[in-house]
Amino acid sequence: MSILIDKNTRVITQGITGATGLFHAQGARDYGTRMVGGVTPGKGGTYIDGFPVFDTVKEAVEKTGATASVIYVPPPFAADSIMEAVDAGVDMVCCITEGIPVLDMVKVKHFMIGKKTRLVGPNCPGVITPGECKIGIMPGYIHKPGRIGVVSRSGTLTYEAVWQLTCLGMGQSTCVGIGGDPVNGTNHLDVMRLFEEDPNTDAIIMIGEIGGNSEEEAARFVKENMTKPVAAYIAGRTAPPGKRMGHAGAIISGGKGTAAEKVAILEECGISVAASPAEMAQALMKVYKP
Amino acid sequence: MNIHEYQAKAILRKFGVPVPDGHVCYNSAGAREWAKRLGDGPWVVKAQIHAGGRGKGGGVKLAHSPDEVRNISREMLGMILRTHQTGAAGKLVTRVLVEKGCNIANELYVSLLVDRATSKVTVMASTEGGMDIEEVAAKTPEKIFIETVDPLIGLTAFQCRNIAFSLGLTGKLVGKATAVLEGLYTTFMACDCSMLEINPLVVTAENNLLALDAKFGFDDNAMFRHPKIADMRDYDEEDPKEIEASQFELSYISLSGNIGCLVNGAGLAMATMDIIKHYGGDPANFLDVGGGATIERVTEAFKIILSDKNVRGILVNIFGGIMKCDIIATGVVTAARQVSLSVPLVVRLEGTNVDRGKEILAESGLNIVAADGMADAAQKIVQAVKGANQ
Repeated sequence: MSILIDKNTRVITQGITGATGLFHAQGARDYGTRMVGGVTPGKGGTYIDGFPVFDTVKEAVEKTGATASVIYVPPPFAADSIMEAVDAGVDMVCCITEGIPVLDMVKVKHFMIGKKTRLVGPNCPGVITPGECKIGIMPGYIHKPGRIGVVSRSGTLTYEAVWQLTCLGMGQSTCVGIGGDPVNGTNHLDVMRLFEEDPNTDAIIMIGEIGGNSEEEAARFVKENMTKPVAAYIAGRTAPPGKRMGHAGAIISGGKGTAAEKVAILEECGISVAASPAEMAQALMKVYKP
Repeated sequence: MNIHEYQAKAILRKFGVPVPDGHVCYNSAGAREWAKRLGDGPWVVKAQIHAGGRGKGGGVKLAHSPDEVRNISREMLGMILRTHQTGAAGKLVTRVLVEKGCNIANELYVSLLVDRATSKVTVMASTEGGMDIEEVAAKTPEKIFIETVDPLIGLTAFQCRNIAFSLGLTGKLVGKATAVLEGLYTTFMACDCSMLEINPLVVTAENNLLALDAKFGFDDNAMFRHPKIADMRDYDEEDPKEIEASQFELSYISLSGNIGCLVNGAGLAMATMDIIKHYGGDPANFLDVGGGATIERVTEAFKIILSDKNVRGILVNIFGGIMKCDIIATGVVTAARQVSLSVPLVVRLEGTNVDRGKEILAESGLNIVAADGMADAAQKIVQAVKGANQ
């Protein structure tokens, strides 16, 4: 067991005939994920490297029984692709695309009200349940099946945490990259709820960064409702205010969302906060004994 | 991306938001001419730079005759304006906005932004015009009024009236405020803003509303569909290294330290800066080479880092996902040769094709210090830079 995805998850790739989409569809298939096809409007009925290609997500879902979709469509068209996947009724859509206009995402969020689909991302590395299913762009080999959940706004920083865990012999139940954009589908709190309910997750590493209040919200949930130990790291302690650091999410605005404030709130809520990014796994070891 | 005040007002004018009559001028003779054309005085001369706090720095002045407009413009044009936002270096004034003055009866505040918590556009208004909204939020939060906009319906008339009444407006001003708010919302949506702030929105003695200052923040991700706004970008207002970096799709921000950083991923790049500081060093920059970096982009990234004269050492920290370690390694070797690197270089590689990457570095014959893990990498570069300074 795990959260969001497992060995039974059937995945289609939106934008499969693009170089990036195909490369990562192949990578996921090599990892053992059930990659059942792809969608590129106008190329339906063809095959690419053995993957059947469909014109619409609806048709792909009908023909392949897909339960999840991953999106590598360029930013101007990505919001539409998310809505198409939601309309087709997949359980989860994971949008890797970086650079979607925020007002497009405002519309997407509105479109999703009352629909069953969960959106992860955009601007994220994806989701992986090690040994079972990899959806996204993370290098598979750094992961190891196990009982630690990982949730993060950042891509490469997630790999860092996972690698530290793996090197200490601690495997992961599921690792979720929620993405760095200001308007996204799934936040820290949503994932913490899922981990708390998952019988196969024993402890969690939560990685955040400056800006917004997603980490603080999750921390309050940890304090009030969680029975499992949590460690965390907040990136951006040295970021000067007002500078945009790559992620649209990482702007310190108006004295809210600074690293210092986040760390203080997380610690108040009983979370073990790593002093440096090299100590994420050690911070977890302080509160969790495997 | 930011724009100048005169450009912001031109956009607002186009969407029917009332702004003072005015014109941008590049020389003092032109400023005098425009003052006459705008009609009776007084006039206000405003230095056009991308920073707030201009008034306190001497960048906003009142003039009572066209000759005075000319004299003030002559002083302002070519001056280095220093405000709390420009830092000590200040900014060169190359253009001024000459505007008709108005009789201010009351100053209000209005802004629009995308609220992360609700994922919706939100209108924020306050009776405390002319003040920093952060300060108002801290001291008198009860004076801030908020309306959240339904994405399907847009900003409604009743929401505009709610704001107008909360601001204490009465009579015809309520209808005028509704028109202003609707105009601001239309502007925000049509231009893909991330923020639009009118501070102050003034009530004049004649009972009209005027947007006396305007600050736009645009969503960089949406600029592909706004070529006219993208053309308003003033490269003179930006750090030349940051401009060059953006041409190579590198996300670069220059900082004040002496350890250059080259990292993939924004989060890891921030974390790398943090860990350098943690071990007593000081990062010279934030640099995210992104996921799809090529050898050319890595080489360019090196050149940009080294164009900062403060840099005494470089730390490369790569955790390859999409980014392959052998590409980074080849880029590092190529760049180090091209620029005949003379400062210490520490490289930490992990992820896709890591073994091949390490081989390339080892075979290069260059003086590259390999590191295992972030802590080791940070300690090594901090040590190397300290050693070099002694």
